[in-house]
Amino acid sequence: MPTLTVDGIEVVVEPGTTVLQACEQAGVEIPRFCYHERLSIAGNCRMCLVEVTPGPPKPAASCALPAGDGMEVKTNTEKVKQYREGVMEFLLINHPLDCPVCDQGGECDLQDQSMAYGEGASRYTEKRRIVKEKYMGPLIRTIMTRCIHCTRCVRFADEIAGVPSLGAIGRGENMQITTYNEQAFASEMAGNVVDLCPVGALTSKPYTFKARPWELKNTETIDVHDALGSNIRIDSRGKAVMRALPRIHEEVNEEWISDKTRHAVDGLAKNRLDRPYVKKDGKLQEATWAEAFGAIAAILKGIDGSQIAGIVGDLCDAESMYAMKSFISSLGGSVECRQDGSKIGAKHRAGYLFNSGVAGIDEADAILLVGSNPRHESPVLNARIRQRWLTRKCKVANIGPEADLTYKIEQLGDSAKVLQDILDGKNDFADVLKNAEHPMIILGQGALNRNDSLAILKLAHDICEKYGGVTDDWNGFNVLHTAASRVAALDLGLVTDGGINAILDGVESGGIKVVYNLSADEFDTSKLEKAFVIYQGSHGDEGVKHADVILPGVAYTEKPGTYLNTEGRVQIAQRAIFGPGEAREDWTIFRALSEVTGSKLPFDDIAQLRAKMHAEYPSFAHVDEKPNAEWADFGVSGKVSKDGFIHAIKDFWGTNPIARSSETMDECRAAMNGENRTEGATGTDG
Amino acid sequence: MSMNVKKAEKFEFTKENLEWTKTQFAKYPENRKESCVMPFLHRAQEQNNGWVSVAVMEYIADMLDMPYIRVHEVATFYSMYNLKPVGKHVIEVCTTTPCWLRGSDDVVRACKEELGIGFGETTEDGEYTLLEVECAGACVNAPVIAYKEEYYEDLNEDTTRAFIKEIKAGKIPKPGPQNGRFKSCPIGGPTTLKDMAPADAEFGGGE
Repeated sequence: MPTLTVDGIEVVVEPGTTVLQACEQAGVEIPRFCYHERLSIAGNCRMCLVEVTPGPPKPAASCALPAGDGMEVKTNTEKVKQYREGVMEFLLINHPLDCPVCDQGGECDLQDQSMAYGEGASRYTEKRRIVKEKYMGPLIRTIMTRCIHCTRCVRFADEIAGVPSLGAIGRGENMQITTYNEQAFASEMAGNVVDLCPVGALTSKPYTFKARPWELKNTETIDVHDALGSNIRIDSRGKAVMRALPRIHEEVNEEWISDKTRHAVDGLAKNRLDRPYVKKDGKLQEATWAEAFGAIAAILKGIDGSQIAGIVGDLCDAESMYAMKSFISSLGGSVECRQDGSKIGAKHRAGYLFNSGVAGIDEADAILLVGSNPRHESPVLNARIRQRWLTRKCKVANIGPEADLTYKIEQLGDSAKVLQDILDGKNDFADVLKNAEHPMIILGQGALNRNDSLAILKLAHDICEKYGGVTDDWNGFNVLHTAASRVAALDLGLVTDGGINAILDGVESGGIKVVYNLSADEFDTSKLEKAFVIYQGSHGDEGVKHADVILPGVAYTEKPGTYLNTEGRVQIAQRAIFGPGEAREDWTIFRALSEVTGSKLPFDDIAQLRAKMHAEYPSFAHVDEKPNAEWADFGVSGKVSKDGFIHAIKDFWGTNPIARSSETMDECRAAMNGENRTEGATGTDG
Repeated sequence: MSMNVKKAEKFEFTKENLEWTKTQFAKYPENRKESCVMPFLHRAQEQNNGWVSVAVMEYIADMLDMPYIRVHEVATFYSMYNLKPVGKHVIEVCTTTPCWLRGSDDVVRACKEELGIGFGETTEDGEYTLLEVECAGACVNAPVIAYKEEYYEDLNEDTTRAFIKEIKAGKIPKPGPQNGRFKSCPIGGPTTLKDMAPADAEFGGGE
């Protein structure tokens, strides 16, 4: 292991470490623009210059120089100071002095580093370069005169997003960063280039001129737009969410988030339910909480518990689902969470978790996707599979419709019969799985919402067992959920016999008289027409269409809550802002309603609720740990149909009421379909 | 992979050129076939009337399994690829320091006046294109014009005008130095080493 000194501090580093990383290890800060931990090394900004001996008597770019044994690195000499001032002066030659009108202002690497390492004045009197704006899609606003050509965005598009449409055209002073033919950057993770851009060349289009970083309140919370549970930071001002940014969590989302996570937040301010409604004379009319509760209590009075059904939606936190379960079961009814018709059971935890863990992808050497399009179901997880695939140590095969997942997959067919072939050893991929040290099978929701899903589950289970997918330190059986609430709901046992279809049939036949819908909007609610429907949720979407009483709940940014991601990792979300109007946190609504209906729930604040929930379901108490669920026998042997799989997500940009309310998501959908292209402007448009 | 890229007008290599591509593919390992991009672009430019269109770049990108933007980067990086249509006669004038010191300004003026166009422009009839190039690598015969893969050297204003008039007359001017000089030999004959050295001459300051 190389041992070197940085400013006199001795450090021992792993072989292959760069001088810049060695400096960081020694606690010495090196300014940089192009270097990024998660991207390849470009070495083109020259900001990280240091003095190194032994070596040629000239500045060395520390980001691209491997640390060698006996090196002496100096970063605090007069020479290094001059190097940095020189590079900074060059970088600022063409960079406009428009910080006061730049959205990056206040969180700009160039601004910060020119303060720290720059000379403070320029000697340049020649003409400056002006570059026309480029169109990169509805999420990225470009002011290319500000660009310093670090190529972080180009490397991100190539390496992480896997959509190589960004590039640097021209040369020398005329070099420009652009997308090919100025098309939209067609990735589900495009927004991340805005975070990567060290200057204000790429900024968030929807956030243009909305706020300054120092006036925002930062709330560290959890994303609910997919089941990955990305760690995010919600920046809010007053009663409005201004933007969502990623937080670093190496085992979940590293430092990326999908565009839906980042940009669907404008949907939080639209189509909101801000007061209760009660249906009178066939029409929904504004009501007070007391009137709404009164109407519910009146209906519930003459009804047997078995005639009450609850349905929970995809974005619910564990607390509201626990409160709902307590409330409905106190009346004698039952609650169902699988509104998409999934057949997955709640009995064995290993049977519905992403057991390998998201970080487990980094070790997998064979991945079999079954009925899943991870690019749409969880773009960040898909990027992780791509990272693994790029190492050439992992083969990926797919059973399901063909899809561009940004990496090469072996297409094994789209029928569940292929699973049977693999189990019988009749498919070549069986050998790949067998020879793999860490084989992995990922079941998507497209494989779980069919009539033969239990048989598919059994096949996947058996394949895992047969080909060494389950060992003492590895479990390769994975379910990739699409709903953020699903794992918590299954942990809470929110499943009923026959699932959602039994409820809908029950309504049709009159067996179910009251349906309590907790923000479930992803099924056809017209089938609920015959029942008395109570809808509790944040947005006026599908769920309210046939509702008789509407109770305004709050969205994920407006309540503290516990979420379990697809791995079963418990993560705690915080409240960023308060809900609009008379909307209330969902568990409090159940608590208040229970008092009216006469079966008061035994908790008065969220701490008491959590204590009760943790006592009843201990898995909820282990915050931020990847659970190791005990392997079990799940699934039911049976015949699988030869019908092809259908991916669960048809429209990535509109998977939930928040995203459907978001104008930005509409623009993204249009841009992905090649519409809405606007001509590049000159840099003065707002 | 580039999802929304619209196809521009069509381009395809001729049969002969396709045959030729095989010799290029043979130069590189299968997984490094991107290395063919520059010779391909050059050959395609020849075939495509002297310029590289979007269709050309996409055709070559598809041939080499490269993202379109990667080919676009290469084509825009090198100034020898013309990214817009050029005339039948492309006249490239070098204006880098040695040529400039030897009077390339006069050569440029002559070209502009004779053709009635500026750098980077094509005459309205689509016959002539005037381009400014960086060092043509013939500084010893500066100033230099490149035309149809030949160099016209040791130019001044008059010889440049004569050169262009000849092209306009449909003739191909005689390449090489335009001032009577032979290749890069001294003008007016040798100035040194005129005689054969005597057989007993001592070289290198022998003792």
